[in-house]
Amino acid sequence: MATINELRERIHAESSEEIVHEYLEKIAESKLNAFITVSGESALARARKIDSEGHEGPLAGIPIAIKDNISTKGIRTTCASKILTGYIPPYDAHVIERLKEAGAIIIGKANMDEFAMGTSTETSFYGATKNPWDIERVPGGSSGGSAAAVAGDDVPLALGSDTGGSVRCPASFCGVVGLKPTYGVISRYGLIAYANSLEQIGPFATSVRDVATLFDVIAGYDARDSTSVKRDVNYSSAMKNDVRGLKIGVPEEYFGEGTDEKVEKAVRDAIHKLEDLGASLKDVKMPHTKYALASYYIIAMSEASSNLARFDGMRYGLRVEDSDWHTTFSQVRAAGFGDEVKRRILLGTYALSAGYHDKYYLKALKVRTLIKQDFERAFKNVDVLITPTMPYPAFRLGEKIGDPLSLYLADVDTVPINLAGVPSISVPCGFSEGLPIGMQIIGKHFDEATILRTAYTFEENTDFHIKQPEGV
Amino acid sequence: MITKKDLEHMAWLSRLELSGEDTEKYTPKLNSVLDYFGELDKVDTEGVEPTYHVLQLSNVFRDDEPSQPTKPLSQEEALSNAPRKQDGFFKAPRMM
Repeated sequence: MATINELRERIHAESSEEIVHEYLEKIAESKLNAFITVSGESALARARKIDSEGHEGPLAGIPIAIKDNISTKGIRTTCASKILTGYIPPYDAHVIERLKEAGAIIIGKANMDEFAMGTSTETSFYGATKNPWDIERVPGGSSGGSAAAVAGDDVPLALGSDTGGSVRCPASFCGVVGLKPTYGVISRYGLIAYANSLEQIGPFATSVRDVATLFDVIAGYDARDSTSVKRDVNYSSAMKNDVRGLKIGVPEEYFGEGTDEKVEKAVRDAIHKLEDLGASLKDVKMPHTKYALASYYIIAMSEASSNLARFDGMRYGLRVEDSDWHTTFSQVRAAGFGDEVKRRILLGTYALSAGYHDKYYLKALKVRTLIKQDFERAFKNVDVLITPTMPYPAFRLGEKIGDPLSLYLADVDTVPINLAGVPSISVPCGFSEGLPIGMQIIGKHFDEATILRTAYTFEENTDFHIKQPEGV
Repeated sequence: MITKKDLEHMAWLSRLELSGEDTEKYTPKLNSVLDYFGELDKVDTEGVEPTYHVLQLSNVFRDDEPSQPTKPLSQEEALSNAPRKQDGFFKAPRMM
């Protein structure tokens, strides 16, 4: 596996075209099904252009995979759904404009759970992605293609999106670094919406430094997203091997029933490692944590039922034989959406409908306030919070997909972060029977610098991130 | 508790045609999730304000100019993905 700096040196010595060609060959031979679309020709053309004309950008000539819910002009974008069959966006998402300015090369569109609704990348219309550490297991989700592609060295960098853990979960299951920034730091313009009040685009890489470099490229104000926040930060400057004086909060609520013993041990060992390096530990109480999952799913499904109303086959995507107005749209949606998407639209519609709105949707929003207050209270006394990213390592393909509730429960440690809108990063911190374990480092609003520094210091003093799956 | 009749009503509201088989299949799964949502009844939210949004943003304004903040799509671009179109319009199914 190569870092951005190593690739830049190789591009300088050889060419971007050779690098892109090598990755395209790896993707063609890969067993992971990490990609829905490979844009080989346009990637090679762009690499040749950068080779001949030169480019000063921080990612000049470096290939990247993009989760397939991020709009890419001229490259089909499916959201892993049949309903977007044939859709080719006429414009780029903000993050894609930023990547192109930085010289990055879009090598393909990564597989995902349909409309980012899932924890395993098994709900994709284009088939499940496999975990490079054990191809009988899931890569996590919903950005499973992005994480598996980076872990399997199909590509050095990737973008995902995180609504309730969809960057951090697959980062944890695949043993790579994944960041969910503060809500509002990265423009969502061109990200096909699932649950607007929760989601953020986030970077994947094999090291904290590369995640920070990629984050520097894609973060920043954009007037086309009304929730975009004006802030100027250089995250690469947070790469300091120093946690002396850092106050770490360890909320016991995140180590509860259902947490695998080996996961708990690996995360506690990692916390003690940071303590050895000069950080201090504090117990913090986050009493509403156990209600986060129900609150999250009610809000996410409600927002989804509204967002996904736009898919009717009229302006783009799948269309069936026309009959009357309502029947045609109902049939397009029946034919185009998979089971999990339908279930979430139906339950979201229920939670918003007359007679149930206050009991479910409004109640969930009030509980969200209490969860947000748990974080505000905790962060009065500590700089970061550390928890497991996932309660267990990657499970088997097919193990949970038949029982939606058991799959939802896997998100117990990641969803509170989206409800509060705070940033969080998952970094590799151990292994259980050959499968990676992720540690989640959570920060205050807009304090990505501190979680990146904590993650970087941990990485500099351990070697979990260096181990690679066999055959990579 | 969601009945089959409730589910049919939700399906109509969300313009999602469900077969009898779908209704049979979905009802127990949706009810098990709904049961879980009932956990929130245990939380005292008396006097708690709802959080629709985590950032304290309100009324984000911009100048009312067509070029701001983004160039609109041309008619050709806007229609480029339409499965059915005619004379520069999206072609919708008939109303009745």
